[in-house]
Amino acid sequence: MSHKIVSKKQLSENVFTAEVEAPLIARAGKPGQFVILSINNEYSERIPLTIADADAQKGTIRLIWQRVGKTTAELSDMQIGDEIANISGPLGKPTHIENLGTVVCVGGGIGNAPLLPITKALKQAGNKVTSILGARTKELLILEDEFAQISDELIVTTDDGSYGRKALVTEPLQEVCQRDVKPNQAFAIGPAIMMKFCSEVTKKFNVPIQVSLNTIMVDGTGMCGGCRVEIDGKANFVCVDGPEFDGHKVNFDLMIKRLDAYKKQEQNAYMQYKKHKCKIGLDN
Amino acid sequence: MTEEQRQELLQQLLEKQKTGKLKPSERYEIAPQEMPEQDALARRSNVNEVTLGYSEEQARLEAMRCLQCKNAPCIKGCPVQIRIRDFVAAIAEGEYSKALAIIKENSLLPAVCGRVCPQEVQCQQTCTVGLKFKDPTKAVSIGRLERFVADLDQDNDSIPAVAAETGMKVAVVGSGPGGIVAASDTRRAGHDVTIFEAFHKPGGVMVYGIPEFRLPKAIVQKEIDVLRKMGIKIVPNFIVGRTRTIEQLMKEDGFDAIYIGVGAGLPRFMGIEGESLIGVYSANEYLTRANLMKAYDFGKGADTPIAVSKKVAVVGGGNVAMDSARTAVRLGAEKVYLLYRRTEKEMPARIEEVHHAKEEGIEFHILQSPKRIIGNEESHVIAVECLKFKLGEPDESGRKRPIPIDGSEFTIDVDTVIIAIGNAANPLIRQTTPGLEFNKWGNIVVDENCKTSIEGVYAGGDIVLGAATVILAMGQGRIAAAAINEYLEKKKISGH
Repeated sequence: MSHKIVSKKQLSENVFTAEVEAPLIARAGKPGQFVILSINNEYSERIPLTIADADAQKGTIRLIWQRVGKTTAELSDMQIGDEIANISGPLGKPTHIENLGTVVCVGGGIGNAPLLPITKALKQAGNKVTSILGARTKELLILEDEFAQISDELIVTTDDGSYGRKALVTEPLQEVCQRDVKPNQAFAIGPAIMMKFCSEVTKKFNVPIQVSLNTIMVDGTGMCGGCRVEIDGKANFVCVDGPEFDGHKVNFDLMIKRLDAYKKQEQNAYMQYKKHKCKIGLDN
Repeated sequence: MTEEQRQELLQQLLEKQKTGKLKPSERYEIAPQEMPEQDALARRSNVNEVTLGYSEEQARLEAMRCLQCKNAPCIKGCPVQIRIRDFVAAIAEGEYSKALAIIKENSLLPAVCGRVCPQEVQCQQTCTVGLKFKDPTKAVSIGRLERFVADLDQDNDSIPAVAAETGMKVAVVGSGPGGIVAASDTRRAGHDVTIFEAFHKPGGVMVYGIPEFRLPKAIVQKEIDVLRKMGIKIVPNFIVGRTRTIEQLMKEDGFDAIYIGVGAGLPRFMGIEGESLIGVYSANEYLTRANLMKAYDFGKGADTPIAVSKKVAVVGGGNVAMDSARTAVRLGAEKVYLLYRRTEKEMPARIEEVHHAKEEGIEFHILQSPKRIIGNEESHVIAVECLKFKLGEPDESGRKRPIPIDGSEFTIDVDTVIIAIGNAANPLIRQTTPGLEFNKWGNIVVDENCKTSIEGVYAGGDIVLGAATVILAMGQGRIAAAAINEYLEKKKISGH
């Protein structure tokens, strides 16, 4: 069964979102889980993407991705009505949701997408939610309105000060941790480097933090081990042991390097794809 | 020997056999037939199948080597008890369809098993001819003969007969060798069968693990096509436990019985320093990238990258280690070292794979194993530090225990390390199936009929046995299918 794209939108220069038909996943998916997709059957690569939202009634899931390489570029070039050959999921353990009291949710870049359903569920469970959303610049900020609706407090930062507060997310996170009523739990999803620094900040204040890791994967069911990360010095598989881990135990430095394992090859493939696209453009 | 000489010899032998004058000593004198194969140097740079299969004369001569022992010890050596003596006799007579029919009474995938079964520790280990020469590789080449008749493809269009629809639904989880057999056998009984596969392509270890050069994918595809023609539904990208749980399949989706054949699927690492460095792979990942995802065509159509390696160390001594090493050669590595902490005698790999690996230039470093993996500032592998070992007393597995030699550390420069030391049990079904009983290693507990602790749920293959083989998984698929058919028959009669 292939998966038809029923709606698609460009959120910023390189960030796209689409609603895709995947009735079984829409029904089974829970906050914190992800899918693995490949565009065609024979030669396409399998990439993990978080489920940003699901509509069990409509049988669709919402995906949000950033155009960084060939596969995500190809996905970005697909149109409404096009079909993605393979989507499997939902994968990974769902986020453990309960009423913890006060929580702080930190999202960076497209990390806001997977953070949204988690934040929504935390709010519904009765938590007092502070959300901190960061982006490099105003145009790259996504899902602000959605977070505003479900947060008791929303703090927005941009690196360049073009919108909200000119700061990195770690600054307001530190302030929130210093408050009289300290958050009982922090959640952070975003670039690995952001999650690393969020983990460092919360550690200083003894605030536990859950981070959601997005590593390179092949099968997503524990079979290949390509997604392994060091947790407390021990190899864990993001696909079956995660994707969420105690941020204070993650070896982020190694993880960040592993994310770049195929950087050169990926850049070449992306360049080739862009060149090919340009040629097609000229022919038209 | 030329083909004409073979033909002549064959005619003489057949004449004698007809008149009952062919003596066992004359059969012993027939030279074991070598399988033609691709030149070792040429095949280093292609992924095509290495062995090319017997000619008709070779097959018949090889079959003439069989003594037709009354007690047929070969059959006892076969995990699924194929009537080996009889199919070999049929080949000697040139009755190939008959030979294939005999094999298919017990085995559904002869083209696969003829290629990947470890015959030297099964049927060929107990073969009288092999025992006479004190060498299982000089036994009758049962595997090659099985492959020969399977490849002739004489039953190409025959689809196994399916009984009248029973209206009962069977789910098969996993499309590896066990799942294929379980699906086929339950479908033949007239049940409505659906196979659920986690990957985007069916075939399990036969498509993601075993490389093209050892088992061409077209062979597996043919078997999958047969299943479809029998009316079996195959649903890819479906992760039982996550997409739907076992309980949901039974209670909400109306399945009357389930066979779980998900494989082992959780690669073991050594637990040494440096195992998460860039350039360290599990064999599962390396082989999946290369085989299923076709990383050898990266930049020429395929989108999945794999390390571009110059010097590779493979750790382990099984078939998967050989497959990994030989894949690395084909992906362009200049040097491939195979590190194994025991000696060649203890290697679990098939003799043929060891032989082929050596021919292809893989350097065997026996009695050596990594102590740690060393990386550079970029966290890329640059070397492995190894320890030397000696052999001590036999351990629980019956193999001599390797003992590290203190102070024997030395390093080998490599840019890629592939860990091929086996698999642990995949936790997905365990995490999501309350009530299903597992042992302390995480394998599903079953009775002699492959029945689990949940009624209507059966399991087999690696997820039950730990590390098994294609043929053992097939054998369990068959046992489970028979038990499922019986269970559903009773269920139908009792009207539940």
